[in-house]
Amino acid sequence: MSGTVPKIRFRDAQIEMAHGAGGKASRRLIEGLFAPLLFGSSSEPLGDAAHVSLNGSKIAITADSFVVKPLRFPGGSIGELAVNGTVNDLAVSGARAETLVVTYILESGLPVEVLEAEVRAMAKAAERAGVSIVGGDTKVVEHGKADRMYITTAGLGRPLPGLVLSARSVRAGDKVLLSGPIGDHGITILLARGELDLEADICSDTRSVLPMIEALAQAAGAGVRWMRDPTRGGVATCLNELARDCDLCVAVSEERVPMRDAVRGACELLGLDPLHIANEGQFLAVVAPEHAEVALDAIRNAPGGRDCVIIGEIRDQPSATVLGITEYGGTRVIDMLVGDPLPRIC
Amino acid sequence: MKYVDEFREAGVISKAADEIRRLADSERHYRFMEVCGGHTHAIYRFGLKDLLPPNIELIHGPGCPVCVLPMGRIDDGLSIATDPDVVFTAFGDMMRVPGTKGSPLEHKARGMDVRIVYSPSDALKLAQKNPDKQVMFFAIGFETTAPSTALTLMRAKALDVQNFSVFCNHVTIIPAIRAILDSPGMRIDAFIGPGHVSTVIGCRPYEWIAKNEHKPIAVSGFEPVDILQSIVMLLRQLKAGETKVENQYTRVVPWEGNRAALKAMAEVFELRPYFEWRGMGFISQSALRIRAAYATWDAEQRFQVPGVRVTDPKAAQCGEVLKGALKPIQCKLFGKECTPEHPIGALMVSSEGSCAAYYNYEYRKTVLTSIGIPA
Amino acid sequence: MCLAIPAKIVELSAEDPTRALIEVVGVRRHVDMGLLQDDPPRSGDWVLVHVGFAMSKISEEQALDQLRMLSMMGEDEAALDEVKGYGSHDLTEGRLTPGELSDGT
Repeated sequence: MSGTVPKIRFRDAQIEMAHGAGGKASRRLIEGLFAPLLFGSSSEPLGDAAHVSLNGSKIAITADSFVVKPLRFPGGSIGELAVNGTVNDLAVSGARAETLVVTYILESGLPVEVLEAEVRAMAKAAERAGVSIVGGDTKVVEHGKADRMYITTAGLGRPLPGLVLSARSVRAGDKVLLSGPIGDHGITILLARGELDLEADICSDTRSVLPMIEALAQAAGAGVRWMRDPTRGGVATCLNELARDCDLCVAVSEERVPMRDAVRGACELLGLDPLHIANEGQFLAVVAPEHAEVALDAIRNAPGGRDCVIIGEIRDQPSATVLGITEYGGTRVIDMLVGDPLPRIC
Repeated sequence: MKYVDEFREAGVISKAADEIRRLADSERHYRFMEVCGGHTHAIYRFGLKDLLPPNIELIHGPGCPVCVLPMGRIDDGLSIATDPDVVFTAFGDMMRVPGTKGSPLEHKARGMDVRIVYSPSDALKLAQKNPDKQVMFFAIGFETTAPSTALTLMRAKALDVQNFSVFCNHVTIIPAIRAILDSPGMRIDAFIGPGHVSTVIGCRPYEWIAKNEHKPIAVSGFEPVDILQSIVMLLRQLKAGETKVENQYTRVVPWEGNRAALKAMAEVFELRPYFEWRGMGFISQSALRIRAAYATWDAEQRFQVPGVRVTDPKAAQCGEVLKGALKPIQCKLFGKECTPEHPIGALMVSSEGSCAAYYNYEYRKTVLTSIGIPA
Repeated sequence: MCLAIPAKIVELSAEDPTRALIEVVGVRRHVDMGLLQDDPPRSGDWVLVHVGFAMSKISEEQALDQLRMLSMMGEDEAALDEVKGYGSHDLTEGRLTPGELSDGT
C-alpha cells in the first residue's frame, strides 16, 4: 500500500467541537472537505507548513488560529501561544520563522487592559523567538461571539539547509525522538478552567522549539526524516498521522515517554491518557538510526532540550499503527482520539 | 505514584505471568469472565492478554454501567434538559453516548446546556451557585458510585437546595452476574470480581457464585499485578478443585464492605422491581430508584419524562457482546457502521465498553489495513 | 464504576469533618470523607478516591503483604529445581508441589 492519503468524504451534518480537537474528526474535516476543494490534486501528506517556491526561492508559510479559555494561564497566555505556535509549525516543517502577521477578532466589551496584556505578550514572545511582526488586521464582533478574543497568526520562514522532511522517507529501524515531558499545556488549561476543582504546580510549556531544531538540523540534518509538534490531540495523534502517512508501525516504549508528576496525577485522577493531551513546546522527530545518538545529543545540548529522549522506533508491522509496548512486553494500540479528551469515572 | 507503581512493576508482572503459565493446564481451555468494565479497560490498556497463554480466554462481562443503559433512558434524560432553564450534568463517560437524537455532546452543539462534572457533589455546587437554573445530575454507575450520589442527595436535602435533582440510573452487579450464569450456552469457568464495587458491598454477596454455581471468584484490583494475581488465584482453585470467594484486593476491599456507604444507599435508594438492561431485557431487583422521602430531588418526579422504550437496531448485537456471548469483532457492525466516531451502541463509546476497548487498543493488531479501517 | 485512585490526605477541614484535601503526586483536590465516618481517617492516611469521594482506607500492611507474596512466586519452585539438580529426585516425588508451597493460606 502506497503512502497516499485516502480519499474520505465528509458526511457529517453539522460542525461539532470534535472537529476542532485535533483528532480523527478534525482530520476527516480537513481531508474530506478542505483538501479536495482547496488543495488541488496534491497527493502529498498534509504537513504543518507548506514550502513553496516564490521567484525561484523556497519559502515556508503557515497559519494558525488560537482559541483558548481562559486567556491567561500559568506559564503563558493566548498571545504567547499565537507567536510560538506559528514559529513551531514552521520549525517542524524545517524552516526558521522570519516574520508574522496577526489578526485579532475581538469581542465587544473586552477591557482594553486585557488586549494590551496580550499584545505585550506577543511582542515579548516575538522578540524571544527572533521573529518580527509586520502587520495584521482587527475585527470586532458583538458581545458573546468571540470568547473575548481569537488570534490568528500567519508566518513566513526560510527553509533550514540540509533538511528534507517527508513521511515517505521514514524506514523501519528509524528512531522516534521526543523533545521533553508531555501534557503540561493541556493539563494546565484544564485545571485553569476551574471546573474540576483540581490544583497542581503545573504550567504551560509554551515556547519556541526552533533553537532545538536548528541544533538538530546542524548536527544531524541528513538523518532527520520527519518532524511534527504534538499540539491538540497530543503525541498519539501526531504519531498516528505519521503511521498512516508512512504506512509503517510506530512502536513506542511507554515507560520512556517523559511526563511530570502533576500531569501523571491529573491524568490518573481524571482517567485521561497523557498521550492525548495537548503540548505547546515540544516536538517529535524521526531520525535514521545511524544519526540518532548525535541527534539526541545535539537537542539535549540546545536551550530547552535537556529532557529529549528516544521514545521508540519504526517497524514494518502492524502497518499504519501506533503500538504502545510496556516494559514487560504487553502491547496496545495507541489510537487517535475522536474529539477532545473527556474525564471518565469508569 | 504510591500504591500504583508497585503494582505495575515489570519484574513482579513477569513473575505473575510465569506463574500463570506454570499453573495453566495445557489440556484445558479456560474461560474467565472479568465482570467489571474497568477490568476490561485495564486488560487492554496494559496489554495483559499478551502475557497469558493461548488457552486462557478472557470474556468481557456486563459491568459497564454506561453500556447497559438502554437508549430510551438517555433520551429521557436529554428530554428533561430541552427546557432552557435545565442544566444537564453528567460524568464525561456519558457525553458521547448516543440517544436517538444524538449524544449529550451533540445536544450541546445544538444549544443545550450540558456540562461535565467529575463528582455528583460538583453538580450540587453548580446548583447552589446558579439559583436561577435547574441542575439535573444524570447519575450512572454500579454500587461503587451509588453511595456518592446518595450522600449528595442527603446533602441537598439537608441544605434544602431546591434547584437540584438526580435522574437515577444506578444498577446493581449481582443480578447482572446471575443473568450471565443463567444464560443458556454460557460457559464460564471462573470470575474476576469487581474490586471497587466490592469496597462498598464487600465479598459476601458473591458467596452464592462459589457455593451454588461452583465457580471460583477472585475479587480483584485494577493494576496489572492485581489482575494477574487474581488469575493465579483462580487457576490454583481450579487445579485444587476448590470453589470459593477470594479477596485479592485486600489493601482496599474489606470483606464486610463499607457499612456507612451501604447505610447511605439504603437511606436514599430502594430497589426498582425491575429495570431494563440493554441487550439483556428486564431484570428484577437490579436497579435503584430514589425513595419517596427524597422525591423532591428525583428528576423523574420533578419533570415529565417520555419513558419511551427504544430498541437497538436489529443488526446491532450489543446484548450478546455485553453478555460475553460474542466478541466485539463478531458483531456485524463492528468497525464498519459502528466505530468510536459513529457509534451505534454505547459499548463502542464508553471507555469501558468492550467494543471501544477492542477497537482502540487491539483491533489494528489483528486486522489488515487492506480491509479499509475508517479514519 | 471503576476508576478509583489511591491518594494521601494532606489536610482535614477543621469546620467540616467530611471534607479533606487529598494529593496524588502533587495534584490536589478536595474530597468528601462522608463514607468513611465510621472510622475517620487522619491526615497522612491513604484513601481510595472515586468521583470525589473517599471509598476506603488503604492498608499499607496488606499492600506490603501482597507484594511480598508476589515476590515469592516461583521462588519455591526454583529452590525445588536446585534440590532436583543435586540428584535428589526421590526427595521431591510425592511431596508438596511448588504451587502448594507458595500458597499463602
